[in-house]
Amino acid sequence: MHLILFIIFAGFCLAGAINLLLQTHPINSALSLIVVMSSLAVLYLLLGAEFLAIAQIIVYAGAVMVLFTFVVMLLNVGEEEKTHGSKAAKIIGFPAIVAAFSVLTTVILAIQNKLGGVKLSDGVTPMTELSTVLFRDMLLPFELTSVLILVAILGAVALARKEGHR
Amino acid sequence: MIPASWYLILSAVLFSLGVIGFLIKRSLITVFMSIELMLNAVNLSFVTFAHQWHSVKGQIFVFFVMMVAAAEAAVGLAIIIAIFRARATLNVDQVDLMKL
Repeated sequence: MHLILFIIFAGFCLAGAINLLLQTHPINSALSLIVVMSSLAVLYLLLGAEFLAIAQIIVYAGAVMVLFTFVVMLLNVGEEEKTHGSKAAKIIGFPAIVAAFSVLTTVILAIQNKLGGVKLSDGVTPMTELSTVLFRDMLLPFELTSVLILVAILGAVALARKEGHR
Repeated sequence: MIPASWYLILSAVLFSLGVIGFLIKRSLITVFMSIELMLNAVNLSFVTFAHQWHSVKGQIFVFFVMMVAAAEAAVGLAIIIAIFRARATLNVDQVDLMKL
């Protein structure tokens, strides 16, 4: 059961991510990113993080991606133009990401046995435990985040406002 | 039972795809989406480690990453709108005033 769910939604994740790269129109990329985020929410549920799964759906698949599709439609962005691309990306970027991916995979596979396994019977993280840590040990970062969001709202409004309008 | 390393490898693959998207995509909005993909990939490994070590702090960290990503998306898209007003293009090759 766990294995089937993992394979299905990991497959959705990968398919969505690859589709994001292959599509030329930004709206198609945005929709495939929604698929990736929703499948990740299911993977979070398999890992027992039910609060994060719901937050992922609401914040990422809901709010952030609605913002993305809204901007794509507002600006009426067309198909991506094909250009030769950046030279630095070809020379440094691709070798660097291949190297980083190989190192990551090698390390993960090397410590595979120590990491153990994920079982569905491990249960979900209780909300009480999560909120105790969040509102007691992490209270200062939490409050700082709320200030950050407020600043971000003001910044977004100030940046997106038309120049010269009062 | 699924090895936890599968989740971590999935996370690594998603992160690499995000970086590749960042490098090959020429539309500013899609480049921005690739950044979101990378953030999500890192979140997956955070949740996996939080599960393996029975620690709630990893999940809390993912929660903070989500909040910061939401703020980042709002400001970033506002900047994209401002760039589009000024330049009438979203091609990253044409927005290169600060490039050497």
